[in-house]
Amino acid sequence: MTATGIGAPVRRKEDQRFVTGQGRYVDDFNRPGQAYAYFLRSPHAHAAIRSIDVGAAQTMPGALAVFTGDDLAADKIGGLICGWMIHSKDGTPMKAGPHPALAQGKVRYVGDHVAVVIAETLAQAKDAAEAIVVDYDVLPAVVDTAEAAKSSVQVHDVSPDNTVFNWHLGDKDATEAAFAKAKHVTKIDLVNNRLVPNPIEPRAALGEYDFGTDNYTLYTTSQNPHVARLVLSAFIGVAPEHKLRVIAPDVGGGFGSKIFIYAEETVCVWAAKKVKRPVKWTSDRTEAFLADAHGRDHVTHAEMATDENGKILGLRVHTTANLGAYLSTFSSSVPTYLYAPLLSGQYDIPAIYCEVDGVYTNTAPVDAYRGAGRPEATFVVERLVEKTARELKQDPAEFRRKNYITQFPHQTPVIMAYDTGDYAASLDKALELADYRNFQARKQESARRGKLRGLGFSSYIEACGIAPSQAVGSLGAGVGLWESAEVRVNPTGSVEVLTGSHSHGQGHETTFAQLVSDRLGIPIDQVSIVHGDTDKVQFGMGTYGSRSGAVGMSAIAKAIDKVIAKGRKVAAHVLEASEGDIEFKDGRFGVAGTDRSLAFGEVALQAYIAHKFSGQDLEPGLKEGAFYDPTNFTFPAGVHICEVEIDPDTGVTTIERWTAVDDFGVIINPMIVEGQVHGGIAQGVGQALLEGAVYDRSGQLVTASFNDYCMPRANDLPSFQVGMTVTPCPSNPLGIKGCGEAGAIAAPPAVINAITDALGHEDIAMPATPQAVWRAAQKARMPMAAE
Amino acid sequence: MATVSLTVNGQSVTADVDPRTLLVQFLRDNLRLTGTHVGCDTSQCGACVVHLNGEAVKSCTTLAVQADAGVVTTIEGLAQGGELHPMQAAFREHHGLQCGYCTPGMIMSAVDIVNRKGPDLDEQTIRAELEGNLCRCTGYHNIVKAVAAGAQAMAEAPLQQAAE
Ligand code: FES
Ligand code: FES
Repeated sequence: MTATGIGAPVRRKEDQRFVTGQGRYVDDFNRPGQAYAYFLRSPHAHAAIRSIDVGAAQTMPGALAVFTGDDLAADKIGGLICGWMIHSKDGTPMKAGPHPALAQGKVRYVGDHVAVVIAETLAQAKDAAEAIVVDYDVLPAVVDTAEAAKSSVQVHDVSPDNTVFNWHLGDKDATEAAFAKAKHVTKIDLVNNRLVPNPIEPRAALGEYDFGTDNYTLYTTSQNPHVARLVLSAFIGVAPEHKLRVIAPDVGGGFGSKIFIYAEETVCVWAAKKVKRPVKWTSDRTEAFLADAHGRDHVTHAEMATDENGKILGLRVHTTANLGAYLSTFSSSVPTYLYAPLLSGQYDIPAIYCEVDGVYTNTAPVDAYRGAGRPEATFVVERLVEKTARELKQDPAEFRRKNYITQFPHQTPVIMAYDTGDYAASLDKALELADYRNFQARKQESARRGKLRGLGFSSYIEACGIAPSQAVGSLGAGVGLWESAEVRVNPTGSVEVLTGSHSHGQGHETTFAQLVSDRLGIPIDQVSIVHGDTDKVQFGMGTYGSRSGAVGMSAIAKAIDKVIAKGRKVAAHVLEASEGDIEFKDGRFGVAGTDRSLAFGEVALQAYIAHKFSGQDLEPGLKEGAFYDPTNFTFPAGVHICEVEIDPDTGVTTIERWTAVDDFGVIINPMIVEGQVHGGIAQGVGQALLEGAVYDRSGQLVTASFNDYCMPRANDLPSFQVGMTVTPCPSNPLGIKGCGEAGAIAAPPAVINAITDALGHEDIAMPATPQAVWRAAQKARMPMAAE
Repeated sequence: MATVSLTVNGQSVTADVDPRTLLVQFLRDNLRLTGTHVGCDTSQCGACVVHLNGEAVKSCTTLAVQADAGVVTTIEGLAQGGELHPMQAAFREHHGLQCGYCTPGMIMSAVDIVNRKGPDLDEQTIRAELEGNLCRCTGYHNIVKAVAAGAQAMAEAPLQQAAE
């Protein structure tokens, strides 16, 4: 391992600009003559729009234009789309209601887009918006996930019972048979609480139109600018694909919420041409709470069957998933194919059957949020496994170990073929780091102080490296999920890598350069990573699903291989040797068995000056591209152990220890990987202890600010003990599994298993706030007391 | 319109502003100092923290006119003579940032913590003192390490600290 190669904790190249305030986020861009957009949003969760009078608003100081859904329709701008087709059990396609960028006839959630004002200043746009008169016929709202299908309120005409799909996966008969012969059945009812992603940078969009060239430019806070361009052009129709440049510069966190193509960027590009001015919109935090896609929101009943030896025989799950008022870009895939295929966890479960009902409600759309479906699956499996072990009076670690998959490859009953792993190795290491042996002593010590101590496991698995295109195509995806890369070697030997991945905190400028430095044997400062601009990078699928290492870097590796192959041809000419005799090692092309060699940079120069070979023999230049389509998902897995202490008098839960042992396959930069683990755990702890989006019965979001929605702060979290085990992934050339989502997937059940262990009481909902824990603690103390 | 005159990162500036202009808007829109960020509308996230007369303030909750005649340091003004401030260097060294959006406010808060509490900061103190700054990326683990290390480094480089 070199100081900057694969495996080295290289300090990040991008940090110089971030720590000096020189990062360039969308809102930092300003274009000459730019005007400001402000969206008038629905104050009602559900209402018919009788009329919108924009006359007075149009004459307000500074107002340039006011647009409504009718204006978009007149320009034949299409609605927002959902790019993953799900079919119900009976074979019928999911029921997708219309999703106009600006409301047409109806609003369906608080924050829905009614009209947009474009004005000279933001303050003037806001003032003008107040002068818009909307006549609403307010309708009753449906907000409750479990009640949606029974409600008399109807969100979309296409779905009389608010059901988007009744989907299922697995073998129902085999599962029923497994339960029929079970010695023990454990049952659980779970709510996976609705979360608001809340990257600290709010979304923003800046649209521009050039009348001379007919070119459009959109600066946008996107995790996948090419996907945004494709959707905006091919489906929504705001501009032809080759005339639209999408730039996603520095982006301040995404966690899924910046994958999607939203109303605001659609309107900004379109309006820029209408008003003949660049149009900028920056979300404020309240808007982010109201209208960024939310995450999770499942209601689940699950049962696990075990035999007399405590071996798991079967699992059956019924989940109702709230998809909100409209189907966001990838929403339909999250509670289906990103969820049920993970229900086998790390366990050898012969039979699994899962039913999922997706429902509409009058709430913000729900889509992928860090982990996307996999945290929900892990919560079901790990709560159920823990509860089963407790009911069988078995040690939860040993119960898990007994049921672990140990032979690979392993085909689960729910699609996935796990390629490799060593789950017991991670468990052993985690038990060691967590000092599990002495837990009982610590528990007794807490008890002496009147405190309740508990320990919870989470033995999670996830499917990452999303994803083999053919496989996801057969499951309903509208796109392929490969990645592209182009490696451009300059005559001086420096290298630019153009990647379709997008970095919004992951540190690609460093890790991707480490790969190049390692493979080509050149200093890391000779490598630049270019991403986030559709005019520079030809195409790419972007960053989500822990895919940029396993898929994005594999594409780079493939392109590097082509560069080296071409370099060998060049070197053969220059060194007057046969190509078969040229070896590339430690950054030099040499003739085998001799001391004649050329440095990488010398070969690059020769490739461009092209004096040593004829154009008939070899093309000049050194630049190669590659598309990499993975052969399988990757399966990062690990064991997290959370140890809590609860004060039964206040209900306050303190996390005393956090141990994480993860197998991410080959690691490029351990410093960055550990950082990803920390951040993921924090979001998972947030879900378990603090966060929850709450709508009241009328559909008002009562947690629409950082005052009301409890974000994890430094004082809510401990320092984390992070360890690794490594089984290299056999499904991609670099052996990488991916690490971005693991913490958020592992953490919630670890916390809740620890709290329920401390309380001796299984019934705790997330977020386990002090109030909820205090109530449960009182119940545990006085089991006879009526609630 | 109101006239404000202040010193920002060592430079005198005078401008006519709408009286409702926030300090953060003045910095970002008038002076194009876009290192100071806005992450919320309820004074909760700390992405906007700058120093006004040597103390940390949330520039989203301060009017530009309140800073009249004052001395403001933003993240752009922290590094001196091409060298990173010790706290900036510590954030880079300890991977105290991912997306970088919270980072300017974090660093300005961290410097203020050291100014108030001295260089010997234990983990508990740092976590408690970061109460006003949200980070969604790092889980704070490395931020805490960076602040502790940066505080020590500031003590070893008193000249630079005084340069503010
Ligand atoms: S912008 Fe959030 S506290 Fe100032
Ligand atoms: S580094 Fe992204 S919010 Fe802190």
